[in-house]
Amino acid sequence: MQQVAKKNSFFKTVKKHWMLLLMLLPATLYVIIFSYIPMTGIVLAFKNYQYAGGIYNSPWNGLANFKALLISGKLGMVTRNTLLYNIAFIALGVVFEMGGAILLNEIVSRKFKKISQSLMFLPYFISWVVAGAIMYNIFNYEKGVFNHILTMLGAQPFDLYNTAKAWPIVLIFLKLWKSTGYGSVVYLAAITGMDQEMFEAASIDGANAWQKIRYITIPSLIPTMMVMVLLAIGNIFRGDFGLFYQTVKSSAILTPVTDVIDTYVFRLLITDGNIGVSAAAGLYQSVLCFITIMVCNGLVKKVNPDYALY
Amino acid sequence: MASSVVVNKKHMSKDELAVNIVGCTLVGIFALVCVIPFYLIIVASFTSESSLIRNGYPLFPTSFDIQSYLLCLKNPVSILMAYGTTIGVTVVGTILAVLLATMTGYVLSRQDFPWRNKFSFFFFFTTLFNGGLVPWYMLCVRYLGFKNSYMGIILPLLFSVWNMIIAKSFMLGIPAAITESAKIDGANDMVIFVRLILPLCKPLLATLGLFSALAYWNDWYNCMLYITNENMFTLQYYLQRMIGSAEAMRIVAEKSGMALPSIPLEGMKMAMTVIATGPIVLLYPFVQKYFVKGLTIGAVKG
Repeated sequence: MQQVAKKNSFFKTVKKHWMLLLMLLPATLYVIIFSYIPMTGIVLAFKNYQYAGGIYNSPWNGLANFKALLISGKLGMVTRNTLLYNIAFIALGVVFEMGGAILLNEIVSRKFKKISQSLMFLPYFISWVVAGAIMYNIFNYEKGVFNHILTMLGAQPFDLYNTAKAWPIVLIFLKLWKSTGYGSVVYLAAITGMDQEMFEAASIDGANAWQKIRYITIPSLIPTMMVMVLLAIGNIFRGDFGLFYQTVKSSAILTPVTDVIDTYVFRLLITDGNIGVSAAAGLYQSVLCFITIMVCNGLVKKVNPDYALY
Repeated sequence: MASSVVVNKKHMSKDELAVNIVGCTLVGIFALVCVIPFYLIIVASFTSESSLIRNGYPLFPTSFDIQSYLLCLKNPVSILMAYGTTIGVTVVGTILAVLLATMTGYVLSRQDFPWRNKFSFFFFFTTLFNGGLVPWYMLCVRYLGFKNSYMGIILPLLFSVWNMIIAKSFMLGIPAAITESAKIDGANDMVIFVRLILPLCKPLLATLGLFSALAYWNDWYNCMLYITNENMFTLQYYLQRMIGSAEAMRIVAEKSGMALPSIPLEGMKMAMTVIATGPIVLLYPFVQKYFVKGLTIGAVKG
């Protein structure tokens, strides 16, 4: 009986909302083709890929691809790099973006606010190719502007492209440089949407500007921050491919500190043509990401369901 | 409102003044850090090649030499082709991407649509888990024929769940009464969406349009994966190849002890960077006023 009722309500909904469903169709098809069908392609990680057999008809080879991945000895390194870079990006990103939004909001001069906001947004507009060219302009050993300044100050020139140690700082800086403008607009949008009466009431109660930031603005931004952070945590084992690929190029000296899972998978696939092993590395990455976001979202949900993503 | 701002300015209390000073200083420094590299690239692109080789990239303009630009344009066919590809792909891709994101977002924002949460999660799940690069690449190359096809540059960026969520969050702010009263008047959902909802979404359209245009304009990744035909290269990939080959030529010249080829490689790289970046940056002032309004990010649920 219940099943029949359910079926009826299903057809009722389809009949009533067929136009809405039709509007959902293109995106639904897109997601099925480009996301859900490739998910079935993870079987490649357990197969010995052969061109003739394609994804689904190549012979199985158990865990051989994962063994090869472990034997290469690189998996630990690239996982560590990816994780540490992303933790730094997320933590400093929140500080810079939220700080930027709060300060921008406090600035009284409209002109200053508008101009500086536009300038901060500029790096967001360029591709990583262009960012790589800019890096080269500044840090090139013989011609770079950075060494110009160093020699002008009487210091020794600095060869960044042969100094692995310096890269974590440079890459973190570059990432913040490129994304702070965008991120702070997200937080600024949240501040703009806040109830202005709260601030007025606080002023009447004698709160000063710092106290208003500390006790009103920051707490009100927590929900936005949680969404942003959780979304970022969902990708904590995914490296920003463009950032690492376009700035580091393929310098062997720098790989120990700049290779992330994504560049590693890409090299395995495109340069080495090792489809099974790269699929295994990709699956390893996806599973790590999935577990992380599930656990984090679950924890957040337990503490405060309002802040959970889903 | 205006008068209250003036009053505030006159009677800015000590702590407000302090916040403003700190804010202007920090934001100002960061803004300068953001813009200086662009200044350096532009200055370098207008510096003569001989000066670049002798003195390196300059801090301040030393000359105004358009040689590098002229040389970039001396072989105009490939650059114009890359420009044409990029502009075509950006225009087509942006229009389709914005339409897809807003249409999907609108349906998911309709509170009378009983399956909105199920569909939301169906889309959102793809951001939580995916098959990784390899199955996706294999599917596109082997079964969808993306190799050397414009599909390979347009389709991968067509739908973004992130943009869909932004669209949905924005549309949740539009009174449901608009849809309801139009329904009573007999309009169907598609007509309501196109005629009534979209005109109310200008900030959203500007924001999503800019995001999509940026994604297409700046794409080199998909071009690198799928395109080997030089006539189909996008601007960014063309730049990447040029920087790469210029670099390779320089190394060969240095190693073999031959004089650098007479082509001004360094300046050309910088000029090409400016050429590849310019137009998209100019888009920003037109959409800036909508930006803060358009970027409301809500949760996935609800």
